[in-house]
Amino acid sequence: MDLFEYQGKQYFARFGIPVSPGGEAETVDEAVAVADKIGYPVVVKAQVKVGGRGKAGGIKLAENADEVRLHAGNILGMDIKGHVVHRLWIELSSDIAKEYYASFTLDRPNKVYLGMLSAEGGVEIEEVAATNPDAIVKLSIDPTVGLDLATAKQWVADAKLDAEAQEQAAELLVKLFDCYVQGDCDLAEINPLILTTDGVVRALDAKVTLDANAEYRHPEWEVWAGTDTEDPREAMAKEKGLNYIGLEGSVGIIANGAGLAMSTLDVVNQVGGSAANFLDIGGGANADVMTAALEVINADPSVKSIFVNIFGGITRVDEVAKGVIEALKRVNISSPIVLRLDGTNAVEGRALLADHLNDRLIAEPTMLDAARTAVALAANSGGAQ
Amino acid sequence: MSIFVDENTKVIVQGLTGGQGRFHGVRNRDYGTKVVGGVSPNKAGTDVEGIPVFASVNEAVKETGATASFVVVPPAGASAAILEAAEAGIEFIVCITEGIPAHDEAKTFNILKRDFPATRLLGPNCPGIISPGKCNIGITSGDIALPGGPVGIVSRSGTLTYQALHELSQQGIGQTTCVGIGGDPVPGTNFIDCLEAFEADPETKAVMMIGEIGGSEEERAADYIKTHMTKPVVSYVAGVTAPPGRKMGHAGAIISGSQGTAQAKMEALEAAGVSVALNPTEAGDKMVAIVRSLGL
Repeated sequence: MDLFEYQGKQYFARFGIPVSPGGEAETVDEAVAVADKIGYPVVVKAQVKVGGRGKAGGIKLAENADEVRLHAGNILGMDIKGHVVHRLWIELSSDIAKEYYASFTLDRPNKVYLGMLSAEGGVEIEEVAATNPDAIVKLSIDPTVGLDLATAKQWVADAKLDAEAQEQAAELLVKLFDCYVQGDCDLAEINPLILTTDGVVRALDAKVTLDANAEYRHPEWEVWAGTDTEDPREAMAKEKGLNYIGLEGSVGIIANGAGLAMSTLDVVNQVGGSAANFLDIGGGANADVMTAALEVINADPSVKSIFVNIFGGITRVDEVAKGVIEALKRVNISSPIVLRLDGTNAVEGRALLADHLNDRLIAEPTMLDAARTAVALAANSGGAQ
Repeated sequence: MSIFVDENTKVIVQGLTGGQGRFHGVRNRDYGTKVVGGVSPNKAGTDVEGIPVFASVNEAVKETGATASFVVVPPAGASAAILEAAEAGIEFIVCITEGIPAHDEAKTFNILKRDFPATRLLGPNCPGIISPGKCNIGITSGDIALPGGPVGIVSRSGTLTYQALHELSQQGIGQTTCVGIGGDPVPGTNFIDCLEAFEADPETKAVMMIGEIGGSEEERAADYIKTHMTKPVVSYVAGVTAPPGRKMGHAGAIISGSQGTAQAKMEALEAAGVSVALNPTEAGDKMVAIVRSLGL
């Protein structure tokens, strides 16, 4: 789960990481009220989960209430790379002397934590990585050991942060590491990490990705639920606990396992069709899950046929079959369904379905056959190719 | 021969008395796997369809001589279960649990590496391992696998692992061992571990490798194949048409220098001499052709 900047800063603050005073706003009036409270000048920042906000005009300096009103009015509703701005973060403007970069993430090949620190932070950090990789000082951290202040002090010295920033930066990095580990982040990134003209180090931005698997031990994450979904299909799927991504095509996809779901998209594409979505129903699919999946797909008007591709492992095919039969009783499905069922209890599953098959519920023996049938059905009913 | 497990592997199931543990533990036993016990602290002394239940892994190992464990416990307890098995001397641990926090996985992996270097963890969030006709630990349906080799399979995705088995078995091509390494951020066993073992296994004549988008494991495997593998490799990478991920931040791109796309992975594999297929069925067909050309 990616956090908006304001949420990331709220999370940082819990771990004692210094951020600028600020507040969130969803209307122009709220923006002015926040600015009046924290004092001027302020920066009005669009809250979208995409890079390049500044260049798109989504970050503006305001010296007074009139300017806040002007900028907030312009930025709210703005479309930044397909992300519509619904929320602003208003914070006290900082006088920036230096911009650094800091992050913690997992070094997947080496299975340890990786800290990255650079004295050359700012918007072009990937450019720095490509042209001057030595300017980014990487620190491998053993997950069983962690990061202590002494190591952090050496690290900021190695990265050649300005002398007056080093003490504060080292302390901040230890806190950022705590946020990364204790806070169950997949990514905790600050770009830029700034040194102000009056010698204060703080996080001017926050890129935080939370590990959804750790949600059970973080009740404090609950307040952020439902703040980010744009696609109404995805909102519905999320509500039902499904792993769904909306796409542009006409064949609705239901598969078990992310790999098989991706492969289903590939195969539909290869036989000349296009998928309306990615939907992984995961392990242990039952009637409720299948009903929910069919409901979500059925609600999408661009879907002209539905391809259910199941290879049972932990998911038992007879349960899936029961789920399909039950779902058909509960939901009036407007598109024909093509089923391909293999794996655990596949024989039992196919037997259960045998009496229910007709020209609206078709079983195919292989993944390729099923893809061809689903694509042909979508084409016949006028779906996009 | 097979890799990591064989017909003598004695397995205990941690979580045997739970719904999933019972279903898959008994199925593994019925397949012919030597499932010698289960562990469940509250149900010690009982049995599950004839499989005795012990209070701890330590006790189960002492009583049964088990060398492998199948961990089927919920995410919050999975790391402790893995470490309990390692401490009891288990050398091969299969964990199918889905949804373990990444930080728990990272810590567990590094504790194993530091304190139990002889222990191999497969997973978490993986389908397990099957050596057809000999041993099945995990959730793979045994009837889709065919004994006798000559193909070894390694896959990052659960359901695509079954698909790969199915494609080969249907055409009469057997498998030595099929390993599902799982797609979690910190897999205990990776592609290279399996490729190395298949290269060393005299009965494995060719390897099928199923990858997916994200990370750089396929690229690393391609490097390994290029420099170390003499056996032919067929590969399929899922996600050619997957929507681009909505990545936050820059750290991922800085580390890998690539975006982890299927295209980049396929190119790396092709450059390493791997026969790359566009879908699982084509991968099966390519492998069948290779096996036939080897005269097997």
